[in-house]
Amino acid sequence: MHNNGIIAHSKDNVCTIVQELKAKDTIMIKDANREENFHVIQDIPCFHKVALVDIAKGKEVFKYGEVIGVASGDIKKGEHVHVHNVESTRGRGDRK
Amino acid sequence: MEVFKVMVLKGYKRENGTYGIRNHVAIIPASVCASETAVRISNLVPGSVALPHQHGCCQIGDDLKLTIDTLIGLGKNPNVGAVLVVGLGCEGVPPKELVEGISETGKRVEKIIIQDLGGTLGAIREGGRIASEMARELSQQERVEFDIGELTLAIECGGSDPTSGIASNPAVGYASDLLIKNGGSSILSETTELIGAEHILAQRCINEEVAQKLFKIVQDTEDRAIAMGTDLRSGQPTPGNKEGGLTTIEEKSLGCIYKAGLSPVIGVLGYAEQVNEGNKGLYVMDTPGQDIDSITGMLAGGAQIVVFTTGRGTPTGSPIAPVIKVTGNSSTFHKMQDNIDINAGRIIDGEASIQEVGQEILNEMIKVSNGKYTKAESLGHKEFGIYRIGTTF
Repeated sequence: MHNNGIIAHSKDNVCTIVQELKAKDTIMIKDANREENFHVIQDIPCFHKVALVDIAKGKEVFKYGEVIGVASGDIKKGEHVHVHNVESTRGRGDRK
Repeated sequence: MEVFKVMVLKGYKRENGTYGIRNHVAIIPASVCASETAVRISNLVPGSVALPHQHGCCQIGDDLKLTIDTLIGLGKNPNVGAVLVVGLGCEGVPPKELVEGISETGKRVEKIIIQDLGGTLGAIREGGRIASEMARELSQQERVEFDIGELTLAIECGGSDPTSGIASNPAVGYASDLLIKNGGSSILSETTELIGAEHILAQRCINEEVAQKLFKIVQDTEDRAIAMGTDLRSGQPTPGNKEGGLTTIEEKSLGCIYKAGLSPVIGVLGYAEQVNEGNKGLYVMDTPGQDIDSITGMLAGGAQIVVFTTGRGTPTGSPIAPVIKVTGNSSTFHKMQDNIDINAGRIIDGEASIQEVGQEILNEMIKVSNGKYTKAESLGHKEFGIYRIGTTF
């Protein structure tokens, strides 16, 4: 079994998976900073993001150690993180 | 990082001391009304390329100026050995101004006016005569040695996915850093795709003035998006970006800036603004996130070669510069093998390091500079578009 998740920065609360995963498949992460295995809780396409920890609604989502948006709903560890549960904070003409 | 003592390429020396890696006769229409005629002349003359576009008339102010500057910049590009300007005769972009601007390089530039030559057939006849004569002249020019430091690299990405930020962009960034260490210049473009990452790039600007200029172009772009009254995410990231796994513009941008490696940012250029030949290094150019228009801006700025990263795969080429395609996604490399030159997906697959693929990209840039066709070139891809900042009146 090989690593199938990449964490871009130690501050990140999401990782990028490098193979397609089905619900209950195991995500394996091992790098200089951490080593852990956990189950994904739904089907997730290759190269999409998975929550490494629970992320409460309104909290910032970190990738590359930087904010890529905020959670638009509560996100559970192992859940798919994408446009359905993360909002951008930039270029929001719809909010005026 | 390796600095090569001698890295000699072979190209075409221009009258102003720059070096081209291709030797095109460019047929440049002054307006949309002259574009079809320009294409037909080019179809008659091997060695020539037409730059057909939708602009050049009923434009005003800075938008008109941008079209003029872009057409002049493309004519000046070192990959162009001679230029035929094709005017209709009544358009807003003065053909004479294009000729004068391009002539500053010392290369041969001529113009024809369709309304003065009897129309389409007369213009094709005269234009064909001039262009074929130019092509015969250029065919006799021999490649001469020049230093890799004379190269300006246009860095572009399109159809990105999360592999771009992990693999292909960092590898291109490594190649860009190598080029700059050896005295060359690189241009990072696509201001939209700096939104959310500008604070990181600003820390790498050589002084506060450059940093403030960077913040301003990003702010202006975001303000334009906000003025549209909708969520930028309805268009950026694109539907394909999102399907690939990119969630927000911030995520896309943070991956995009890896293309620029780790070099300091020495200047911020406007769209189509010429790179200062006396000041080599990494520039940022204010271009839109749409690939074709963005590449045009950098070529008008003087870049001779394009390295283009893609996650989803794209066929894009250019009329006047070779475009090397790199993907960070091995699946895309195999699915789009007609169009992709280098597979940086080997980094994710654990088969190669970022540095190894970066070196491979630089080696490919050298081969392509010396004449090797990229896949886009060998398939005749000549996508071309000019950025607009105003409406047509």
